[in-house]
Amino acid sequence: MSTPDKRTATAIAGALAAGETTSVEVTRAHLDRIAEVDADVHAFLHVDAEGALRDAAASDERRAAGASYGPLDGVPIAVKDVLATRGLPTTCGSRILEGWVPPYDATVVARLRAAGLPILGKTNMDEFAMGSSTEHSAYGPTHNPWDLARIPGGSGGGSAAAVAAYEAPLAIGTDTGGSIRQPGAVTGTVGVKPTYGGVSRYGLVALANSLDQAGPVTRTVRDAALLHEVIGGHDPLDSTSIRQPLPSLVDAAARGADGDLTGVRIGVVTELGGEGYQAGVLARFGESVELMTKAGAEVVEVSCPSFVHALAAYYLILPAEASSNLARFDAMRYGLRVTPDGDPSAEDVMRATREAGFGDEVKRRIILGTYALSSGYYDAYYGQAQKVRTLIARDFEAAFEKADVLVSPTAPTTAFRLGEKVDDPLAMYLNDLATIPANLSGVPGISVPSGLADEDELPAGVQILAPAMADDRVYRVGAALESLLAREWGGALLDRAPELTGASS
Amino acid sequence: MTDALMSYDDALARFDPAFGLEVHVELNTATKMFCGCPTEFGAEPNTQTCPTCLGLPGSMPVVNAVAVESAIRIGLALNCEIAEWCRFARKNYFYPDMPKNFQTSQYDEPIAFEGYMDVEVEGETYRIGIERAHMEEDTGKSLHVGGSTGRIHGADHSLVDYNRAGIPLIEIVTKPVLGAGEKAPEVARAYVGQLRELLLGLGVSDVRMEQGSLRCDVNLSLSPKGSGALGTRTETKNVNSLRSVERAARYEVQRHAVVLAEGGKILQETRHWHEDTGITTSGREKSDAEDYRYFPEPDLVPMAPAREWVERLRSELPEPPHERRARLQAEWGFSDLEMRDTVGAGALGLVEETIVAGTSPQTARKWWLGELARRANESETEIGALGVTPAHVARVQALVDEGTLNDNLARQVFDGLLAGEGEPDAIVAARGLAIVSDEGALGAAVDHAIAANPDVADKIRDGKVAAAGALIGAVMKEMRGQADAGRVRELILEKLS
Repeated sequence: MSTPDKRTATAIAGALAAGETTSVEVTRAHLDRIAEVDADVHAFLHVDAEGALRDAAASDERRAAGASYGPLDGVPIAVKDVLATRGLPTTCGSRILEGWVPPYDATVVARLRAAGLPILGKTNMDEFAMGSSTEHSAYGPTHNPWDLARIPGGSGGGSAAAVAAYEAPLAIGTDTGGSIRQPGAVTGTVGVKPTYGGVSRYGLVALANSLDQAGPVTRTVRDAALLHEVIGGHDPLDSTSIRQPLPSLVDAAARGADGDLTGVRIGVVTELGGEGYQAGVLARFGESVELMTKAGAEVVEVSCPSFVHALAAYYLILPAEASSNLARFDAMRYGLRVTPDGDPSAEDVMRATREAGFGDEVKRRIILGTYALSSGYYDAYYGQAQKVRTLIARDFEAAFEKADVLVSPTAPTTAFRLGEKVDDPLAMYLNDLATIPANLSGVPGISVPSGLADEDELPAGVQILAPAMADDRVYRVGAALESLLAREWGGALLDRAPELTGASS
Repeated sequence: MTDALMSYDDALARFDPAFGLEVHVELNTATKMFCGCPTEFGAEPNTQTCPTCLGLPGSMPVVNAVAVESAIRIGLALNCEIAEWCRFARKNYFYPDMPKNFQTSQYDEPIAFEGYMDVEVEGETYRIGIERAHMEEDTGKSLHVGGSTGRIHGADHSLVDYNRAGIPLIEIVTKPVLGAGEKAPEVARAYVGQLRELLLGLGVSDVRMEQGSLRCDVNLSLSPKGSGALGTRTETKNVNSLRSVERAARYEVQRHAVVLAEGGKILQETRHWHEDTGITTSGREKSDAEDYRYFPEPDLVPMAPAREWVERLRSELPEPPHERRARLQAEWGFSDLEMRDTVGAGALGLVEETIVAGTSPQTARKWWLGELARRANESETEIGALGVTPAHVARVQALVDEGTLNDNLARQVFDGLLAGEGEPDAIVAARGLAIVSDEGALGAAVDHAIAANPDVADKIRDGKVAAAGALIGAVMKEMRGQADAGRVRELILEKLS
C-alpha cells in the first residue's frame, strides 16, 4: 500500500509550478491509488491510464517550454460518466449505452482538455443520474470511503467517492436535484452546482434539461473555484448558456478564506430543516450557523413556503423531460441492440432493447414522465409543476431580498447502508429534499462538510445557496465556513476518514 | 383493394366538400435547423451529419437564425401575425428515421399565425385562411430494401439516411376551406401553385416537389349539401405534384361520397396517395389515440423576434403574386384567359423568364402552354420539372427567328432537350436539324416532287395554287422537314408558272 497523494488541487498546481513534481508523477500516483483501492470503492467505470499519462506528459512538456495552459494544467481529474468523452466509453451507468464511445467531447470535457487536465477516467453513477446512492448503476454501486458498507450518495457517488478516497484530486459531477451536493455531504467533500446556464450542458447526456448542471467535485472550496473557472462561461453550442462573464470565483474563495463574514446576511430557510432531518445533521448545521454568526454574519430566518411542493413538482418535471430524452435509446444508431427471435420489426427491436437495457428506476421514471405529459393529464401534472416552479422562484426572490445567501443542511441524513432504501423509491427521493429547490429555480449552491453526525460518526454537509449568477457568494461564504470549521477541527474533515486498506485488490 | 367511387358530379350534387392543406417546405438555408451541417441535396448518405442531427447522447440544438428569418418572411407574405414570443416544442413518437425519437417543432406557439392568401380560379377569387406557419426539423429518410414496392411492408431490411434529418422545414397549415363547391380540387391545386410561386419569389426554398422540398398533405371532408357543418376528414399524404393535389382531392370526394351515401362513417385516418394508380389507400389510423406528448423544448430558449426586425423584413418583401400577375398581364398584353391558363399551368415564372431572355410574350406563351404543357401532361410531370429552361425556349425561338429552325424542327429540339441531349445548339448540330438553305438541293427536291406528281403540277399550272400544299408536303418529306416551307412554296410556284 503506497501513500496516497492527499494534496489539494491547489497544492498540486503549486508544486507543479514550482517544479517540485511533474504531472506524470502526480497522475501516476493517482492511477496507483485507483489500482489499490478502487476494487473496494468502485468509483470508476472506466480508467484511462494510458490517455491520462499521455496527457500528463504533454502537460510536462508544455511546462518545460514555458507554455502552460493555466493554473490547473497537469492536475488530473475524474469525469462523471454522463459527459461525452471523445474516444472514451460513456455509459451513463446504463447497460443500454454499454460500449458506446462518443465521437465528440462535451464542452466541459473540451475545456478540461484545453486547460491541460489529464482525464483519469469516468466515474460511476446511478443509471442516467437517477438516484441518490449509485445503487442504480447497472455496473454495481460505489462504496462510501468512510464506510464501505454505505452509499456515497448519488447520482454522482463515483465522483465524490473518487475525490474522498484520494483517487483523484478533482472531479466533475452533474446536479439535477442534488447529485453533486448530496454526495459531497455524505462523503465529506465539496460539491458545487453552478447557476443554471453557467456551465455548458453540451455533451452532458441529459436527464432533465431544465434542471441539469455540471459542476466541480473537490476537497476544498478553493479547488472548486479553480475548476469552476475552467469549465464555466458561455458556450454557443448550448442555447441555454448565459452570455455573461462569470464573476471571479477564485477571488471570492480567497476573500472568504480569512473567515470574516462581517456584513453578510445569511438566511436560514425554515422549510429546509426540522422533521425528517437526522439529529446529528441538524446539530452540525446549527454549529455552522453559530460559527458564521460569530464571524460577523447577520443571520435571519426566511420562509419559502412553496418549497414544500418542490419534491412533488420535481418528480413530474424530471420524469417528463427524461422520458423524452431517453427515447433516443432505441438500438437504431448506437449502444445496446437486442434482437428478439423470429422476424422482428424495428419496433420489436426497440422494445426488446429498452426492456433489457434500462434498469427499473429508469423505467419507473419513463412511465411516470410519459404519463405526466399525456394529453388530458398535461395540465394537471406537468403544467401544475411548472407553476410550482414559478412559485419557488418567487420564494427565492423574496428570500434573497432579506439575505445574501441561504443555508440549510445539504441532505437530511448521513450516508445510509447500501440496500437500505433501494426498494423504497419514495424514501430514496427524500434525500434530495433540500437540494431540489435550487435546481427548480436555477440558483447556484455549494455543499461544504459540516462535521460528523454524533449518531454514526459520518459526514454531514451545509448547503449555501445564492441568487442566479452570484456564484461568487457561495464561494465566499463556503470558503469562510470551511476555514472556520478547519480552525475548530484543527484540520480537514477528511483527515478523520478511516484509511482504506485496499483489501480487495 | 380498390375503393368504390361515386361520380364526381353526383358527389357534388349531394355533398359540400371542405379541404385544408398542410404544406411542408424545406428552406434553402446553407445549414440545418439546429446544427451547422450542410443541406445540399443528393450527397452520399449520412455524410452531412453531426452529433446534433444524429441525436447523439448529450448533443444540443442551436436555432438557425436564417431559418427564423425565412419563417418570418413567409408569415408576412401570407399576411400572418408574427408571434411576439414563441417556443419550440418536442413532438414525441418513435420512428427509426427520427434520431431523437422526438421532432423539434412548434406546437401551440407558432412563429406565424392568422393569415390568408387570395387564390384565383377561373376569374373567381377564393380567400384561403392560413391558420399557422411554424418551424420544425425534417426527419431522416428511410429506404426499405428487399420488398417489391419499396414500402416497409415486405421489406427485408431498411436503411436510413440522416442527411435530411434536421433540414429546416416550414409547415404552412390552412384553415378548412369551405364554399369552393365543385371547384374545391382546383382551388386546392391553385393554392399550392400560388404558394409555390410566393415561396420562389421570396427565395426561401427551391420548392421542387419532385425532390420533396415542397410536400403536401391534403385534408378533405364532405358534409351534406347545405348543412354548413364539417364532416370527418381524411389526411392524404405523399401528394407531391400540383396535378396530384387536384386528383387526390377529387378522388377523396368521390370515395367519401360513396361511404357517406351508404350511411357509413369516414374513418379519421391518414391515407397515402399513389401517383401511378391515382388512388389513395389507408395508412395508419389517426385518432385521439395518437398522443405526441408535446412539451416546450427545454434545450432552447424562447424566441422574441424584435418588432423592428419584423417591420424591416415586411418592408423588404417582394411584390405579392396577385400584384405581380396584374402587372405582368398588362405588360404582356395577355387576355384574362391567357393569363389564367399561364398561371394555372404553373408557368408564370417560366414565361416571364423566357420573355426576359428575349422572346416575345405570345411566343413564350405559345411554347410553354402549347408544346411543353402537352408534354408535361403526357409524362405526368410538372412543367417546371421537364428539364427545359426559359433560356432553352428563348434560344430555340431565336433559332426559329434567324431561320435555322422551323416550328417542326423546333419541336424536335425539344425532344432532344427532354431526352437530356444538351443545349439547343448542340442538339441542332447533333441531330442535323438545321433548315437546308442550299437552293440547289431544294430545287432538286422540288423537281422530284413535280415529276412524281404530274397531275398536281398540272392543276397548279392551271392556276389552282392551293394544290401546291401536296407538293410542299412531298418536298418537306424528302428534305426530312429541314426546309423552309415558305421558300419551297415560292420555288414550286416559280417553276410551274
